[in-house]
Amino acid sequence: MISLMINGKKQDIDVDPDTPLLWVLRDTLGLTGTKYGCGIAACGACTVHVNGQPIRSCVTPVSSIAGKRLTTIEGLSEDNSHPVQRAWIAEEVPQCGFCQSGQIMAAAALLAAKTTPSDTDIDSAMSGIICRCGTYQRIRRAIKRAAELMAREA
Amino acid sequence: MTAIMNPGRRAFLKATVAAGGGLLVAFYLPGCERREASTASSDVVFEANAWLRIAADDSVTIRVASSEMGQGVMTAIPMLIAEELDADWSKIQAEMAPAAQAYFNPLMGRQHTGGSTAVRGFWTPVRQAGAAAREMLRLAAAQTWGVPEEGCRTEAGAVLHPASGRRLSYGALADKAAGLPVPEAVFLKEPDEFRLVGKALPRVDTPSKVNGSAAFGQDANVPGMLVATVLRCPVFGGKVKQFNAAKAKAVAGVRRVLQIESGVAVVADNFWSAKRGRDALEVQWDEGPAAGLSSAVIRRQMQEAASRPGEVARQQGDMDEALTVAAKRLDAVYEVPYLAHACMEPMNCTAHVRAQGCDVWVGTQGQTLTQQTAMRLTGLPAEKVNVHTLFLGGGFGRRSEQDFVADALELSKAVGAPVKVMWTREDDIRHDYYRPATYNVLSAGMDERGSPTAWSHRIVGPSIFARFPARAGAAIDRTSVEGAANIPYAIPNLSVTYTKVDPGIPVGFWRSVGSSQNAFVTECFLDELAALAGKDPYELRGELLAGEPRHKGVLELAARKAGWSKALPEGRHRGIAVAAAFGSVVAQVAEISITDRRQVRVHRVVCAIDCGMIVNPDTIEAQMQSGIVYGLTAALKGQITIKDGRVEQGNFNDYPLLRMDEMPEIEVHIMPSTEPPGGVGEPGTPPIAPAVANAVFAATGKPVRRLPIRL
Repeated sequence: MISLMINGKKQDIDVDPDTPLLWVLRDTLGLTGTKYGCGIAACGACTVHVNGQPIRSCVTPVSSIAGKRLTTIEGLSEDNSHPVQRAWIAEEVPQCGFCQSGQIMAAAALLAAKTTPSDTDIDSAMSGIICRCGTYQRIRRAIKRAAELMAREA
Repeated sequence: MTAIMNPGRRAFLKATVAAGGGLLVAFYLPGCERREASTASSDVVFEANAWLRIAADDSVTIRVASSEMGQGVMTAIPMLIAEELDADWSKIQAEMAPAAQAYFNPLMGRQHTGGSTAVRGFWTPVRQAGAAAREMLRLAAAQTWGVPEEGCRTEAGAVLHPASGRRLSYGALADKAAGLPVPEAVFLKEPDEFRLVGKALPRVDTPSKVNGSAAFGQDANVPGMLVATVLRCPVFGGKVKQFNAAKAKAVAGVRRVLQIESGVAVVADNFWSAKRGRDALEVQWDEGPAAGLSSAVIRRQMQEAASRPGEVARQQGDMDEALTVAAKRLDAVYEVPYLAHACMEPMNCTAHVRAQGCDVWVGTQGQTLTQQTAMRLTGLPAEKVNVHTLFLGGGFGRRSEQDFVADALELSKAVGAPVKVMWTREDDIRHDYYRPATYNVLSAGMDERGSPTAWSHRIVGPSIFARFPARAGAAIDRTSVEGAANIPYAIPNLSVTYTKVDPGIPVGFWRSVGSSQNAFVTECFLDELAALAGKDPYELRGELLAGEPRHKGVLELAARKAGWSKALPEGRHRGIAVAAAFGSVVAQVAEISITDRRQVRVHRVVCAIDCGMIVNPDTIEAQMQSGIVYGLTAALKGQITIKDGRVEQGNFNDYPLLRMDEMPEIEVHIMPSTEPPGGVGEPGTPPIAPAVANAVFAATGKPVRRLPIRL
């Protein structure tokens, strides 16, 4: 039995400890907002936060996060009120939307670490997350908008 | 207002009281204008299905027949209906329609999302459905008040009677309206009366796409559901010789290992068990005749085929004579590779087959095809097959195919439970229907003033339509020559031919289809001619496009916004290209530099589109950005190569896609127009590869004749 703290809630999971976190989230816990895109940490669709840091859940054994704080897209806010979510809505970022959970989790982690990220900061934090629809330009704008929202509300 | 009175085009509408009360409107298009299918008959019995539903609480639920794969159709179609309905936009909800004949796209002859046809196909019929409902609500109010209908008008979800100041909301009128006769003809608004169409309304699906709640095919969850993966022969056309399931079955959570049409399936309690089970499978393959295939072999096949005369797709003037007398002549070979679609969501499908019926939950571009696949594999009639369309994590043509649907249906039928089949990324890249690789032989001649007088383009490549029986017989696959046979330039002697080859690699529809490669070939060859003539490529296009105002219009707009006539900073270079596709015309100017590591860096793209009337300008901008990024990956990175009959690539490490740090600044300009809408999902893709390649040509003096671009 592995004990996890997911989105502020304690969950006891009975799975093979080598199982990638992604599949525990999706298949065991029904948290399907985190997506499978590649399975080799090359696309970032599965990005979640462990102790506030963005990680690729598709290559992270579930046992390695026992006792750590885990946040998924479902735990970012109750009501789309996180500044990154509000900025994403204002900039109309998503197209197909499949990669956006990963994009938003990566952006939220970036903004938690850097309140006013430069374009270079955005490039290095976000280049691990592929968007096949090509929403990158709007993602960049939305991150800057979210930074402003956070500064105004701080 | 425009009266839709032509009996051949008139929508026949039917209203019924919806379950739970409220107004339900369906429309029928007898004949359905099946432009493609030859089997259409005029006596098809149409099912009754609703486009819109008004509830007592004033909510208006609109069913969208086209699949939402990012292109914004779940917002665009409701906008069209809400416009004619005079609805309150804040009360609009959208849902995906079930599979039924009433939802056939008139341009496709079936329920299908592709070819940038959603707004084009439904432009008139769904507005008629909205207008008919509006008229019934207006009559219902007039009768309630005992006043003449002419004195009532509709606005923002209510009927008003200005003379008496009375007002009733649609919700309050829905029951009464449902009992009224359906108008046989309706008036549609003129564009200057539009209140919603033309505005950048927010997408209805955005809120669910920022919190993980939007349900994609991958997220389907049905009680009792099992999850399966399938091991397919790595060689195209190969078959299972024999397999040993013992080790796979020993994996915890694995329930069944069985052979299906596409390979050997491992059915388990969850994905990870199914994947580990599949990793443990031992399969011997009969690799078949394709086992010796390689990219080099395929290229040789195409080169040989190029020496044979092709089928004529376009012919004017006397090519031999024109080339003989030309003051200057240019010959070139252009090549493009196979490409995978690489939707971010790998293929998947969930099916539950029972004796009495079957349900399919899937992100599909083709509900009719999915229903037909289920009918074929289960023997059930259409009305027993329910297709539940979920969000598509990208489509780009890949989700028109039915291979993943068949996997799920076969497996559910065999194991007697709901089954979700999940393709891995490697399955997705290695078992695609690829954008065809083509080999193009071009020759051109020009007179002493540098005006092109002859243009010969011989296209050699596999045919997408070859696997569709209704179209396989045609000498020319029109998808192979689109964007080439219809080049807009006024050149007196012009010849375009097509030679079909079949190397044995599955090919399919890839965003913008034939134009994805032909725009590159033709627009780059034109720049070579401009260079030979010593002319500016933009000026030469202008000379040759005198009779093509839409092409000229977008070229001028893009060139002006990009500052074409102004000098660039040291190290920066520009290229321009234009292409018409799917009812729209797009021009792009790309600004590039070449890095110290001999890589092409695209800094800026200025895009101008003429897509007729604007439905939602924000969607148009997003689709241009999207089409450009999709095409940039193809221009700079994409290629599927074959060795020993297998695809050499498998994941994003060896089939890379454009990333954030490579993203250019894209500027989109939309031409004002009162023409009916054109497509926007695909037309953004064709011009970007030639615009970038032409900029590289400008930078290096060496023409780019192969994709991806390699310096």
